Amino acid sequence: MDLTQLLAQYPHEENRLIDLLLDIQKQKNNHFISEQEIQMVAKHIGVSEAKVCSVISFYTLLSFHPRGRYVIQICRDIPCHINHSASIVGTLEQLLGIQMGQTTQNGLFSLEYSSCLGHCDAPPSMRIDGRTYVHLTPDKVKAIISEYRGRTP
Amino acid sequence: MIQLKINNIELSVPEKTTILNAARMNNINIPTLCYYPDLGLQSDCRICVVEIDGQKGLATSCSTKVREGMVVKTNSPRVLNARKTITELILSNHDANCTACPKNLKCELQSLANKLGIDQNRFEPVLRVKPIDTSNPSLIRNPNRCIKCGRCIDVCKNVQGMNVLELMGRGHDAEITPAYGRFLSDESCTYCGQCASVCPVGAIIENDETDRVWKQLHDKDKTTIVQVAPAVRVSLGEALGLPIGSIVTGKLVTALKLLGFHYVFDTDFTADLTIIEEGHELLHRVTNNGVLPMITSCCPGWINYAEQRYPSILSHISTCKSPQQMFGALAKTYFTKIIQKEPKDVIVVSIMPCTAKKYEAKRDEMKSDGIHQDVDIVLTTRELSKMLDQMGVDFAKLDETPFDNPFGITTGAAAIFGATGGVMEAALRTVYEVVNHQPLESIELTEVRGLDGIKETSVELGGNVYRFAVAHSLSNAKTLVDQVSNGTSPYTFIEIMCCPGGCIGGGGQPYGTIQKTRRDRIEATYLLDQSMPLRKSHESPAVKEIYRAFLGEPLGELSHKLLHTHYHSRQHT
Repeated sequence: MDLTQLLAQYPHEENRLIDLLLDIQKQKNNHFISEQEIQMVAKHIGVSEAKVCSVISFYTLLSFHPRGRYVIQICRDIPCHINHSASIVGTLEQLLGIQMGQTTQNGLFSLEYSSCLGHCDAPPSMRIDGRTYVHLTPDKVKAIISEYRGRTP
Repeated sequence: MIQLKINNIELSVPEKTTILNAARMNNINIPTLCYYPDLGLQSDCRICVVEIDGQKGLATSCSTKVREGMVVKTNSPRVLNARKTITELILSNHDANCTACPKNLKCELQSLANKLGIDQNRFEPVLRVKPIDTSNPSLIRNPNRCIKCGRCIDVCKNVQGMNVLELMGRGHDAEITPAYGRFLSDESCTYCGQCASVCPVGAIIENDETDRVWKQLHDKDKTTIVQVAPAVRVSLGEALGLPIGSIVTGKLVTALKLLGFHYVFDTDFTADLTIIEEGHELLHRVTNNGVLPMITSCCPGWINYAEQRYPSILSHISTCKSPQQMFGALAKTYFTKIIQKEPKDVIVVSIMPCTAKKYEAKRDEMKSDGIHQDVDIVLTTRELSKMLDQMGVDFAKLDETPFDNPFGITTGAAAIFGATGGVMEAALRTVYEVVNHQPLESIELTEVRGLDGIKETSVELGGNVYRFAVAHSLSNAKTLVDQVSNGTSPYTFIEIMCCPGGCIGGGGQPYGTIQKTRRDRIEATYLLDQSMPLRKSHESPAVKEIYRAFLGEPLGELSHKLLHTHYHSRQHT
């Protein structure tokens, strides 16, 4: 669906801004919102571009920059932190050959931090492509990544 | 009424009062930082926290309403400690090199830290230095001083309807910037400076050009001319220790002479001239099926707004230059001839209540000789007060001096340009008389005065009744401009001023401007009008003389060349 069609499905209401932005990202394999899209969204909703930028900058789900096909978000809040999320980060960086905040050369994975994913009872946790994984260990992470690598994107 | 106790004092205040206002009404001062009387509540900074009996956490007094029987402590050890900690945390992420900041001694954060007795910071500095936005001639945005209080966002969004600035990111990475983190010049910023006038610290300030003026004043090869805008004479006094609403015209002229200006002139002169040119333009449009409604062009913030957001209505805007630019053009042509100087040896400085005037003066089309800007340097009211402080003038004790001639004799019609509705009133005083060959029944058009967002009146001209409207602040302007844009405007002539209250509430006026300040400055403006022997622009002998000696006739060839201009679309996206 192109952007004009997508916009037509949304009312000109500020309270639908986040839904709309998420929807735009979902349509794209590289999960980001371009400047042109921001301009069109701002016009459609009737807010300034600065407002749209502010919302995108606030939520880790939304991005200004192109990301990988699979965005891996690791919780950086305290329960995960004290349950060794750092070792999960280390394992992922090593497996994928990239640092946090980067995207693999083949455009398949991006690594980022997220605020709390709501699984403080089962830390450490991460989310890939909308699915959450909990009670992570380095071995578990390895298995999850090979499973994603095996998928045909 | 609600009964409550603050610091063991029994108080009775109206319902829905905030704790902060209840305390202030009763001479109990609770310090604040993000709170600003005319702006929306924010409870962002948390400096105003108080302790409420029976409530676990501290509450922000700016946003908590009083309740019956409430027991509040505004200065318990717990409260004082919290305030101190919050301030220290803010300072740890702030470029606190106070002596290298233009807000030194005028900074609300500095003053708060001082009052809380902070003489060292327990927290390590965590400031990540970011680039300073010096992209435009009007405003400097220094994110390293920003404390993210959000006042600038609020005024830009809710007063001006612009929303150029927003909070980007979160937590320690948060920053207030235009969209995409760009510079103000890349966005549809009108340079109105309302953000600078409410910024509690030195994060958004006018581009300070006082050093440039000092340099010119001490250059023996230069003849220096200064012009003073109508709104400055009712506001400068505040910045120099006089009561709000003091009329300081005579002292101001003396002070400018002491600074060393060779000629001290009055922008009111070209305000009168604007009325003659604009009045004739209006009549020309009305009688020749021209584009109507016509909209005023004195306000550079409004011009920026129209060029950026409403390019389709530019033909509605009067082609008259603003009084500042009319003055500059005459100073660098007519007056340089009188004093037998070359434009390159003459420096024209303006004292304006406005930051957008700095941008206007630098526009390409504002060069009468094609080489030199007609107005070389624009200082805000605040910058002038700074220069007077630097010179060590005791302003209150100065004698009064009249403006120099030939640009010194002015009318009450020009004096009221600074208040919203003033240009409309001044124009109608003249247009009515020119068309109907008799004076207005009452010279004072009270319907267009005051602080209502949009005001209107109707006047009979030559047997037909025409409607006129006035808007101030851009969110109100938008209402009228949308009508013009979609062809439903019922008006013949519209006055738009970008800042709330008009120029008396300009972005370059003394700090601390609130609604009460605007009211006082407006009252002074109309008092000034009343005190003038001449109150209609077309009666000004100085205006008559310049048409006789130089310009010829209104809308004539020379007027067209020197006093009129054109606008162009500068739409960003």
